[in-house]
Amino acid sequence: MAKEKGSAFVLAGGTDLLVKMKAGMLEPDLVVDIKRIKGMREIRKSASGFVIGAATPNAALSENAALLKAWPGVVEAAQLIGSKQVQGRCTMAGNLCNASPAADSVPALVAAGAKVVVAGTKGKRKLAVEDVPAGVGRTVLKRGEIIEAIELPAKKAKSGDAYLRFIPRTEMDIAVVSCAVNLSIDGKGVITAARVALGAVAPTVLLVKEAAKALIGSKLDDAAKAKLAAAASAACRPIDDKRGTVEFRTDVAGVLARRAAEIAYARAGGK
Amino acid sequence: MPLDTSLVRKPFKVIGTRVRRPDGIDKVTGRAKYGADAFAPGQLVGLVLRSPHAHAKIRKIDTSKAEKLPGVKAIITSADLPDLTGGDRSMRDILENCMARSKALYDGHAVAAVAAVDMHTAKQALKLIKVDYQVLPHVTDVDEALKPNAPLLHDDIFTEGIEPKPTKPSNFIKIAEYGHGDVEAGFKEADVIIEKSYKTEQTHQGYIEPHACLANVSPDGTGELWVTTQGPFVYRNQCAALLGMDINKLRVTSSEIGGGFGGKTHVWGEPVALALSRKANRPVKLVMTRDEVFRATGPTSSSSIDIKIGVRKDGTITAAFAELRYQNGAFPFTWAEFGAMTCWACYDFKNVKSVSKDVVLNRPKCAAYRAPSAPIAAFAVESTMDLVAAAIGMDPVDLRIKNAAKEGTKSSYGPVYGPIGIGPTLEAAKNHPHMKAKLGKNQGRGMACGFWFNFGGQTCVDVNVTPDGSVTVAVGTVDVGGSRASLALAVAEELGVPYEQVRVIVADTSSLGHNDMTDGSRGTFSSSMAAVDATRKAIQTLRERAAKIWEIPVDEVEWMDGTARAVGEKHGNKAPLSVKDISAQAANTGGPIAGHSEIVADGAGVSFATHICDAEVDPETGRTSIKRYTVIQDAGKAMHPSYVEGQYQGGAAQGIGWALNEEYIYGKDGRLQNAGFLDYRIPVCSDLPMIDTQILEIPTPNHPSGVRGVGETSIVPPLGAIANAISNAAGVRLNHIPMSPPRVLKAIKAAKKK
Amino acid sequence: MSAVLVKTTINGDTVEYACQPDEPLLDVLRNRLGLTGAKEGCGTGDCGACSVIVDGRLVCSCLVLGAEMDGKTLETIEGMADGDKLHPLQQQFIDHAALQCGICTPGFLIAAKALLAKNPDPSEEEIRFGLAGNLCRCTGYDKIVRAVQAAAKEMRGA
Repeated sequence: MAKEKGSAFVLAGGTDLLVKMKAGMLEPDLVVDIKRIKGMREIRKSASGFVIGAATPNAALSENAALLKAWPGVVEAAQLIGSKQVQGRCTMAGNLCNASPAADSVPALVAAGAKVVVAGTKGKRKLAVEDVPAGVGRTVLKRGEIIEAIELPAKKAKSGDAYLRFIPRTEMDIAVVSCAVNLSIDGKGVITAARVALGAVAPTVLLVKEAAKALIGSKLDDAAKAKLAAAASAACRPIDDKRGTVEFRTDVAGVLARRAAEIAYARAGGK
Repeated sequence: MPLDTSLVRKPFKVIGTRVRRPDGIDKVTGRAKYGADAFAPGQLVGLVLRSPHAHAKIRKIDTSKAEKLPGVKAIITSADLPDLTGGDRSMRDILENCMARSKALYDGHAVAAVAAVDMHTAKQALKLIKVDYQVLPHVTDVDEALKPNAPLLHDDIFTEGIEPKPTKPSNFIKIAEYGHGDVEAGFKEADVIIEKSYKTEQTHQGYIEPHACLANVSPDGTGELWVTTQGPFVYRNQCAALLGMDINKLRVTSSEIGGGFGGKTHVWGEPVALALSRKANRPVKLVMTRDEVFRATGPTSSSSIDIKIGVRKDGTITAAFAELRYQNGAFPFTWAEFGAMTCWACYDFKNVKSVSKDVVLNRPKCAAYRAPSAPIAAFAVESTMDLVAAAIGMDPVDLRIKNAAKEGTKSSYGPVYGPIGIGPTLEAAKNHPHMKAKLGKNQGRGMACGFWFNFGGQTCVDVNVTPDGSVTVAVGTVDVGGSRASLALAVAEELGVPYEQVRVIVADTSSLGHNDMTDGSRGTFSSSMAAVDATRKAIQTLRERAAKIWEIPVDEVEWMDGTARAVGEKHGNKAPLSVKDISAQAANTGGPIAGHSEIVADGAGVSFATHICDAEVDPETGRTSIKRYTVIQDAGKAMHPSYVEGQYQGGAAQGIGWALNEEYIYGKDGRLQNAGFLDYRIPVCSDLPMIDTQILEIPTPNHPSGVRGVGETSIVPPLGAIANAISNAAGVRLNHIPMSPPRVLKAIKAAKKK
Repeated sequence: MSAVLVKTTINGDTVEYACQPDEPLLDVLRNRLGLTGAKEGCGTGDCGACSVIVDGRLVCSCLVLGAEMDGKTLETIEGMADGDKLHPLQQQFIDHAALQCGICTPGFLIAAKALLAKNPDPSEEEIRFGLAGNLCRCTGYDKIVRAVQAAAKEMRGA
């Protein structure tokens, strides 16, 4: 891919690439199918967590019982993309590299603290998922670099994650606004750590530290939830477009943050 | 000539049974051939170049570079489609809509087309065509287009219906008025007056199969066209006229149709494909992409409507007024006028008036969409009826029952009704279990009524008895949803033979006389009427042949239970002759046995429905989900109940999508932003509940089995029913369709502030 | 661009074809192999009318390149019936009037087949969400869901 003088693209699931080719937005000179490279479609579990090959179709994620148990928020986010047909092909790596502000799997990966393994002609490097998107449709990856795998940390005890998105129908829509929450609690149900990520409300995914702060030290009581929602709404920098208005996205970001936190809290064992 | 319907109303033997449709196996195995499923040796790929501007003068089109590209076999512009319309405005508009002449009038308007050896070459060729546009100001909003200083699309539209006739051209096509009585006096008698304005956005029929055709024109001036269409005969007549061919030289065969709903009653790519084929002297296959379907076929209107209703405390409506402003897209028609005709049709008002204003603007030319114009008008009317009911503390169903039209009512659009179903559907709704079901948190129930005329039209059918006694029936109305089964039932019933003995096909245009389209809910109604007429003629022949075989006078032969019987004791020894028996001797008794019918299917009944809807609204996001839905509609007689139910459910589903999420979104640049199924959001399987149906049967007197058209009315009530349900669920009254989450949430927030 | 040679298995038969590198599998099936059961409703993975099963996974054939199919197995609607014996889903669709115009039907049958292979006893909700990738504009989905329920019951031998 580095050698190609023209435009070169990775083909994993093709659910963004082929759509853009059909629309005439892209006319690649080279397309490299990475699915047959060893390890690209494997999910490996270790003590330090999970390594998910970049070409693993999202449908396979829930078929891995350990992954589903450890990171239900990540899996549900990834499996909200498109239809069952799209699920049979699409990948989280592709979702990230396509760099749509509304990518479903990205907020959940960010909340989980996931990393990507980037392979290039000069070797490998690791990046936090939140450092990959550079803007709408752009990533920090250089020419000749591809994502080889996504790494998820090992699941901490008494932690839970969740992802919610707002769409007008029940399926098949691009997220109008989305929120992922990953949190840990102690024996008394007090939140000790949290990461809150918002999607579709800025050019790239937002890791909202203020929202996390609103949660930490609380037992997710009403006051904490209200602070959380306000922090989430305050962090939004959305646009008006064919899918939603600034006002709507801002309001609903707060609602989803609250609801996602409730699910994550329950998954962590909180009551 | 009216069909003698006196021989009906006996208990039916096969009509009303749920038989298997003849095209079922082909459709579940992938064998059925739709528009894009035909291939011809040497075929070329046709591709259309479209304007990226909403409004622009076309100064010059330079195709020279594209013509030199290897693999390009023909390029056409409007220069290759001379105006042969001889002053026929509507044909001229069709021609210009298929290929822009001096102006591009909407984003997506066709300006040129190529035929090339493959898609790669065709796409490259389009890139090499240079179009010199002079971009003009555009207008895409109904009310804006009506303003006197709006950008002008045509220089020859002078508003019809205004006296004196304007001398200055405008976008304002026509103003029309319907009604009777004196609304001003009526409003004075009212105890309460409710006035409200509404807006609806543009929607598309959303058929899953894009337009597609395979055109093959020969140097001798004859041509064949394989095409997905609701009206092969109309396509034939129009294409022949536009290309300067005699009608009999063009043979159009309709493929199976992958959905139409009124959107496949117009030509767009077909004359272009024929012109390309003529120029290249090779078959040309032209298939639209989904993007092209949304941008450049025939969506329905967007609208702006004012309603005013006056009512007495006892529920009598004393006056009803509507002004309906609809856009027709870039070429004139009178879609608002249909809205004016239908909007009050469910009711019996002493003083009623509707005024329609039709306008052109820079959007694609509108086409019919299932009961065209009526759902839009019904949204406004039925929403207001609930406001009226609330204002006087009356149950919304009771208000409608009190004011419902019945047999003998002079309708708001003119004719006097015969026996009709609005009252019965309302009573059925009132007593339906759905009305008594318990509602949960954030849930509300709404109901609404709807009306649609049904059309008859020109219809030809051939019934042929084959040598083994089985029967073939050739019809000219395309089967959009299972009508081949219903028509076979009609013939089988009339003939007195089992359903399996009758096979129906849809004939091509050279094999039958002219048939009007499958629209206006007329497919089963008119073809069954003609089929019965043709069958009766075949029965007459069968009797004559039996008489000949028995050597007795024909009036001593009767036809009963599928056999000829010799009447009278003296013939007691003569065993009945079946169709098979008689046709076995056809060669000796006078030749092949058939019946033909060419009619105008008069006397189509009108169709009414009442719908009930339960909706749940999330108060924090404005998202609506439909929890329960019931369609109650009068079918006259349900030939095949499963397919009647299917029409009810399908129309309701389209109405639900229209009410909640479907809309054309245009940018400030006049370009369509959501020309795909991702952002033009039609309901998916998980969006809908089961849709309950109740078929009422109030036979229409003019049809042999009492059939009314059923295909359209079911899309008329949903917008109002859902608006009323949302109002009851969330306490907010939406006046803008679609009632998408951002709009609902905004209304909820505004209501909280009060 | 020069053509790619592919050897694959379609509905149990070995098939070889040449296609352009950027040619979707849907176009290969329809234009080169005469398998027109898969339909193009949108070309962008939003309607499911082109659904096929590749190596046991339900996919949209408009989002797969023909060139990817070397060594893979493909199931299309044309292989769903067993000779002259219809698959239970196919029969139930006819019996329940679960089709009107029929353009979406091949896609639904393939998607339903994939659904029942993974979940032989789905709830109504699971059926509806499992088929959300297939658009139907005619039926409102009611009779489709009932047909799938009936087929599932029949296939379970219940």
